[in-house]
Amino acid sequence: MNKQVKWAATPYLAWMAIFIIVPLALIAVFAFTTTVTVDADGTILSDEDILAIEEEFADEDGNLPEGILFEKTIFTWANILEVSNYMSTLLNSIWLALIATVICLILAYPVAYYISRLDFSRQKMMLMLVMLPMWMNFLLRTYAWMTLLEKNGLINQFLGLFGIGPLQMINTPGAVVLGMVYNYLPFMIMPLYSVMTKIDDRTIEAAQDLGAGAIRVVTKVVLPLSMPGIASGITMVFVPAVSTFIISRMLGGGTNMLIGDLIDLQFLGNAYNPNLGAAMSIVLMVFILLCMSITNSLDDEDTEGVLM
Amino acid sequence: MKKMTFSKIYTSIIFLFLYIPIGVLIVNSFNASKSRTVWTGFTLDWYSKLFHNETIMTSLLNTLVVALIASVVATILGTAAAIGIYNMNSVARKFIMNITLIPNVNPEIVTGVSLMLLFVFLKMEFGFTTLILSHITFCVPYVILNVMPKLRQMNRNLCEAAMDLGCNQLQVFRKVIVPEIMPGILSGFLMSLTYSIDDFVISYFTYGASSQTLSITIFSMTRRKVSPEVNALSAIIFVVVLAILLIMNIVDIKKHEKEARR
Repeated sequence: MNKQVKWAATPYLAWMAIFIIVPLALIAVFAFTTTVTVDADGTILSDEDILAIEEEFADEDGNLPEGILFEKTIFTWANILEVSNYMSTLLNSIWLALIATVICLILAYPVAYYISRLDFSRQKMMLMLVMLPMWMNFLLRTYAWMTLLEKNGLINQFLGLFGIGPLQMINTPGAVVLGMVYNYLPFMIMPLYSVMTKIDDRTIEAAQDLGAGAIRVVTKVVLPLSMPGIASGITMVFVPAVSTFIISRMLGGGTNMLIGDLIDLQFLGNAYNPNLGAAMSIVLMVFILLCMSITNSLDDEDTEGVLM
Repeated sequence: MKKMTFSKIYTSIIFLFLYIPIGVLIVNSFNASKSRTVWTGFTLDWYSKLFHNETIMTSLLNTLVVALIASVVATILGTAAAIGIYNMNSVARKFIMNITLIPNVNPEIVTGVSLMLLFVFLKMEFGFTTLILSHITFCVPYVILNVMPKLRQMNRNLCEAAMDLGCNQLQVFRKVIVPEIMPGILSGFLMSLTYSIDDFVISYFTYGASSQTLSITIFSMTRRKVSPEVNALSAIIFVVVLAILLIMNIVDIKKHEKEARR
């Protein structure tokens, strides 16, 4: 191919600059700035100063003449520091997402292994069954769980037949974890399956011939070979789970706030404060990048497989 | 053999877990009662009401229009980008690919919020334009990631051979490159379409009152009371998706069998 062909990427590069780089830069700008009131000399005024000036200069309607107070945007660490006030929410999100990720891994691993050992046409059909729920609207799937978990929902009705309950299931941290597991389980099964299907049956047979029992086959052969799948599965479940705000709102009932809910509140909710919201987003981003560099060290394969 | 039955039972339980909530939605779509938990009799009312519900129908149309425009633009932009990036030196390629991955690696909420700040900064009115621009932004990476491997598999000498045989640049592109990478372009387009239709979080931060998508409508319904028409809609979506996937699978399996026989 001709080297000139690389100019084909130019429109996309412009797109990338405007819609990926500039927005992230804006988040950084919002996170590290704040708007303050200054006087004509540029000195930052405290709330009391402003009150004093207003008392002195305001006319009968409370309006100030122009040229006394100005607004100015300054660099600050205050927003980032303020995020530490919400540390318990951040830790709660991490904790719930971590539990959900571990449950997903435990549930998905045997399923992925079972599917990977079937013949081709059955494999295809089983994969289709795994993917199908993902094609349903995410909100509808979560809404369905509301129906099941409600106080007089189906599960409580069922338990009632045996004289148990009704149990408080919705609006608990457990319901949030359940919602995460349910919504992101296919994201764990898929990458696990795609590495396991590459494990040759003969490798396992060889291990058995050499005297390995079932447990040793799993720990010494299957597990190490499926490491890249585990790594990308963990990322694909943990990242959306830790940053969700819908699952917690629908199944956690407002009492189980996650960091995603807080960010949403700063931008579209009543707590409107984009500077703080941007700071929270940056903290979340940095945390996730750190986690990903850890899981990525588990596998050095190309990132292209991760997203498929 | 015993082990196999155990894993069969285990897998069935997982599938039950995945499908019970969907089953509940579908059963409720035939429930005469408005309550989600009491069965009072069979009805098809919700289906006929669904087609007369203007809010749902408009947002369904919006979803499809946005998804189609966004996927077509993303596919063109992404395919051109992949060809260009593929021909760059490895430093530039790595650098651009890392930035390309940002929207997919970042939590969706951060991507959504950052785009919202951009549109506020540009003083754009929230509506179809902002929604489509955001959808294109998160779709392009999927196209690039699907086309790139196909370019890598392609024999580089093919283009030179075509040129030697008298093709000009455009002809090489049309007659050699595009047919070779077509499967990648198609799967990139389909992935964009699916992600765009399914998206909620990024739409939530970038939609306007005139451009409500289905996800947004369902979301605003779950805050009040979800009308059973939504159940009917999800039943229809389920059947359509099931049919598409079944056809795709059968074609795939047939193809595989043919190749195996050869």
